[in-house]
Amino acid sequence: MLAVEVWRGGASGRFQTFHVARSANQTVLDVVTNIQREQDATLAYRFACRVGMCGSCAMTVNGRPRWTCRTRVAAALGADATLRLEPLRNFPVVRDLAVDMRAFFEKWRAAKGQFEPGPELPDDFAVVAPASPQRQTADAGIECIGCGICYAACDVVAWEPDYLGPAALNRAWTLVNDVRDRGNAARLDAVSAGSGCHLCHTHMSCTTFCPKGLAPTYAIAGLKRTTLARALGKPR
Amino acid sequence: MSPVLFLAQRLSAAVLAFAVTAHLATIIYAARAGMTAADVLARTHGNVAFFILYVVFVAAVAVHAPIGLRNVLREWTPWRGRSLDVALAAFALILLALGLRATVAVFVA
Repeated sequence: MLAVEVWRGGASGRFQTFHVARSANQTVLDVVTNIQREQDATLAYRFACRVGMCGSCAMTVNGRPRWTCRTRVAAALGADATLRLEPLRNFPVVRDLAVDMRAFFEKWRAAKGQFEPGPELPDDFAVVAPASPQRQTADAGIECIGCGICYAACDVVAWEPDYLGPAALNRAWTLVNDVRDRGNAARLDAVSAGSGCHLCHTHMSCTTFCPKGLAPTYAIAGLKRTTLARALGKPR
Repeated sequence: MSPVLFLAQRLSAAVLAFAVTAHLATIIYAARAGMTAADVLARTHGNVAFFILYVVFVAAVAVHAPIGLRNVLREWTPWRGRSLDVALAAFALILLALGLRATVAVFVA
């Protein structure tokens, strides 16, 4: 049997211990689902795809932010063979293992993380060469699915609650490198404001924990370079 | 932090890397040569190169330290806003005034 300590409650609460039978190739999400279906139907958690596509099952597993569907119990267990599950750090807790992601996505909006086509539609489809440097740079960060792992891993978010965070800044950087986009003046203003990219300490926790293998740290470094060049009078 | 403050902190750090190295080398040389305070002041008196080095050093400190302290205070305390910026601008001026006072003192001593 596997001992599982699960956070119960909101911002204040306590750990409740459950015991779950081990099975081959068992994932942490399997364990949480087993608890909810077999032992305590009131346990709140979130999941959808179960195959690492949606990112909704992210939790803190033995102190580390992870997708529970892509984390095998065997890989997550510590020396004491106990599983400790908590909600993601840096998010308000709704209940148990479910967090409120509104502020996270509001920051994507604040960082102008949406495509801006400009006032006039182009005559034809834009041709963007796959090998062009800007396309390659955008491609490096485009696979983000907004799971919040990087945001939970970031110490600067913990210290500066207004900090836009790695995911929103990574998204902004992909758009800065999108040659079709016409919103970069406002976007670069947004990401270089008081709570923007210059607060990053380059701890690289976002890059370490990103389940997609993306490197928001490098995206943020790109924003720092670009906003500096702009402040010195070299608009992109 | 604005891009200008970010750049100012990086540039002043680059200046400090050079200035601190020169400062430490000077201290080590003076100590190993067994120089007294009077010996040191005799060498700094009217020495334009030393004067310029320390003016640049003090200016870099006055830029670098308050920006770094502002970040630390913002991250570790709830202090934000205009009062923080005013306090740290005052701190920068104090550092500049005290540093320049000392630099002038050893130049004219």
